[in-house]
Amino acid sequence: MSNNVPAGLRYTKEHEWIKVEGNVGYVGITDFAQHHLGDVVFVEVPAVGRVLKAHEQFGVVESVKTVSDLYTPVSGKVVEVNTELESAPETVNASPYDNGWIIKIELSNPAEVDALLDAAAYDAHTKEA
Amino acid sequence: MEENLKRTPLYEMHLKYGARMVPFGGWDMPVQYTGVMEEHRAVREAAGLFDVSHMGEFELKGPQALELIQLVSVNNAAKLEIGQVQYSLMCYENGTIVDDILVYRLGENHYWLVVNAGNIDKDWDWVNYCLNRSGLKNLELKNLSPEVGQIAIQGPLARQIMKDLVPNVVLDELKFYWAKTGVTVAGIKSLVFSRTGYTGEDGFEIYCKKEDAVALWEALMEAGEDLGLVPAGLGARDTLRFEAKLPLYGHEINDNLTPLEAGLGFFVKLKKGTDFIGKAALEAQKEKGLERKLVGFEMIERGIARGGYEIAKDGTVVGFVTTGSFSPTLQKNIGLGYVPVAISDLGAEFDVIIRGKAVKAKIVETPFYQPRYYR
Repeated sequence: MSNNVPAGLRYTKEHEWIKVEGNVGYVGITDFAQHHLGDVVFVEVPAVGRVLKAHEQFGVVESVKTVSDLYTPVSGKVVEVNTELESAPETVNASPYDNGWIIKIELSNPAEVDALLDAAAYDAHTKEA
Repeated sequence: MEENLKRTPLYEMHLKYGARMVPFGGWDMPVQYTGVMEEHRAVREAAGLFDVSHMGEFELKGPQALELIQLVSVNNAAKLEIGQVQYSLMCYENGTIVDDILVYRLGENHYWLVVNAGNIDKDWDWVNYCLNRSGLKNLELKNLSPEVGQIAIQGPLARQIMKDLVPNVVLDELKFYWAKTGVTVAGIKSLVFSRTGYTGEDGFEIYCKKEDAVALWEALMEAGEDLGLVPAGLGARDTLRFEAKLPLYGHEINDNLTPLEAGLGFFVKLKKGTDFIGKAALEAQKEKGLERKLVGFEMIERGIARGGYEIAKDGTVVGFVTTGSFSPTLQKNIGLGYVPVAISDLGAEFDVIIRGKAVKAKIVETPFYQPRYYR
């Protein structure tokens, strides 16, 4: 089964990833998650400017059969959302770590990143599941 | 809870073809192999192979078999010729639905009722209760479900794939909703072979002894692979039947709803000449007029309606969604749901409440996808 877990990103047990660049981070769902969901047909994103607390639900990703909540790995303000997903939600399947990113968040507490799983720990987590 | 799931005789095939298994009606079933979308498309454009062994089969034999069927079934089984299949429903006295069924007439006094997997025990108890109550003695009733496997091959190329596997059947003479018994399929003797299905496409359903199911599955896959036949799971089965507006028990129909509300009045033969359970209630409902009915809708605003979501009009909840999904064929978000008759006209708009937000939808014509049966 497909389970690409790039090094350098940080992960949650709920299968989100964050790629931190300075004080902002891109957030999406992992390859494991997209594979498990199947064909993504709808992504609901928050309004730009919304302030989120770590682990707060910020959106929804829906496949043909399922509805899954999205949780932010860290606290911060949503500074951009991936509007491409409105017309091409399947990008989440095709490119979960690049073009399929979902929100860009300005971190209010960068120390939270250290508490997230690294690639090895996340990979191990998916194998337990 | 999951350790008590039942397995069909094709369980090993599902693992072999890489299925993701999920619990469904007490069974461990494949929801998808490669993906719902791909499997759905394959069935619309080529063909798909489904394990439907979880369905239940009750056999009725004897001079009074027809009388019992006429009592429990709202359709008129007296019209059936040998080899003919009929869609019907069983209702309670109050007209609500026990289950939807297929009635097969296999011989002079020989019938099968095919029932939904999740309802086998309930239906078995119900038919036995009705039998006892009726006092009918001259028939034998048997639950064949544990012994019978069932495979459906569905899609525009199903006939072409099947053709060489059933040398003794002239497929062009076997029309939709007709069946044959004892047909040899790829050298395997089947129990019942019918031109039926639950996808809105041409196709066949083959009932066999459970120990023959694996060999039959493999023979069909081998014969069809080059033409694009793929194994298809419950996920695609659901989106396919939904686009064709074929009802699913627990969604469009259940024991709170009647066939008339569900738009299945065509199958309720109030004038069939014999009394049946639920007849008086359904007659009364028809007389009085419906309060709510099943409609098809399309989302106007962004969002996917899902079964169980509320339908609202001007801020008041007036109905509910029974099935909703992205439609792989139409590439739109569509749904089925119950609304008051007063607001059920084509083009009428209402809101679906999605995660607390009112999202606009409008009533459209159904079926969303026009079935392509061989008649």
